[in-house]
Amino acid sequence: MGVPSTRTGLRPSVLAAGLIGVAAMAAVDEVVFHQILGWHHFYDRATPAVGLLSDGLLHAAELVALAGGFFWFADIRRRGALVPLAAWGGFLLGAGAFQLFDGLVDHKVLRVHQIRYGVDLLPYDLAWNGAAVLLLLAGALVTWRAARRAVR
Amino acid sequence: MPGHSHLPAGPGPWSPVVVVVAVLALAYLAAAVRAGTGPRGWPRRRTAAWLLGCAVAAVALSPALAGHDPRAHMARHLLLGMVAPLGLVLAAPVTLLLRVTEPATGRRIGRVLRARPVHVLVHPATAALLAVGGLYAVLLTPLADATSGQVPHNALLLHYLAAGALFTWSIAGPDPAPRRPGMTTRVLVLVLAVAAHSVLAKILYARAPAGPDGDATRAAAQLMYYGGDLAELALAAALFATWYRRRAGTRRPGRRTRRGRNGRPRAVAQEDQPAGLQP
Repeated sequence: MGVPSTRTGLRPSVLAAGLIGVAAMAAVDEVVFHQILGWHHFYDRATPAVGLLSDGLLHAAELVALAGGFFWFADIRRRGALVPLAAWGGFLLGAGAFQLFDGLVDHKVLRVHQIRYGVDLLPYDLAWNGAAVLLLLAGALVTWRAARRAVR
Repeated sequence: MPGHSHLPAGPGPWSPVVVVVAVLALAYLAAAVRAGTGPRGWPRRRTAAWLLGCAVAAVALSPALAGHDPRAHMARHLLLGMVAPLGLVLAAPVTLLLRVTEPATGRRIGRVLRARPVHVLVHPATAALLAVGGLYAVLLTPLADATSGQVPHNALLLHYLAAGALFTWSIAGPDPAPRRPGMTTRVLVLVLAVAAHSVLAKILYARAPAGPDGDATRAAAQLMYYGGDLAELALAAALFATWYRRRAGTRRPGRRTRRGRNGRPRAVAQEDQPAGLQP
């Protein structure tokens, strides 16, 4: 069995770690903002039915992605095809993508819940989505470097 | 659940349950010991899984979790319908049965597994509908009132266990199952079932009356949501573990063909990565 070149492992490394990144950020949201800080609500009475449904689907996809991402990642490692730098890039991209989706679609479009209640939301929304953009930029930069290194 | 007076009572006397569970545990143990002396042996982790499943079922039906409280009812649902089935299914009881019975009995079991109605019944979609759909029916409709008697309530608990075991078996069962759908279908059904379960938890939470009356129901709904997450995560891990094991040594890099050995083009693509998770 030949050792796969770095290039063939690049894409799966980014994708598998991206899935883990999405699920990790979802877990942070659940543990930190729902459970520890108590800023988010389990259910706020303003959530429309479509928000409830989409939230349920997203939640289910994250949960399954967490398990699937880890086993996929383990399989890439087992085959010796893992590109660590690309995986870090994918992880940051996944985390940023989830954060931005949560901040824009869940909070603003579907209004599943807000970041915090009884406060002026603007600074919170800016910090939330700003952090998401930073994560995405960092992820893109790291992935780009990993890809350039593989070409050389 | 307006109030919770109509919720089913506890499972009744515990001793018959203990006897049934003990018989199941001992029967598996005896078969495992017999299979263990054979040439292929029998993995201890499967025996451990069965015993854990039996123990969880016994706890779920114990007096400790009896009563009308919605939290107790939810704990019974989680343990009987989601946790115990994981242990029982991962113990591969059908494989063990085939290992210790005569070939003629094995052929008969194989015939049953290949029957069309059985295919329909053990399809993940059917199993999910029975398990999660049944839960919607029990928790959101007046059906709960009908199950407040002793006999209907025991039937309900049996349904939780049977439907949960069927669903777990259809998603991640290690037992042979002719025409078991591929990873894409199983992942998709799992996602939909998990979503339906968590949405039901939120509906219960939303419908609980305000004030202290609804507190127990809200607590039960959150138990359902977070407890369900843990059990579903374990089920997803079991599903992907079967994929991970199957892939070991099956694939050589650079020799990926689109067409499988028996001319099924999709087979290779399905093994390639956890399907349904591709962006």
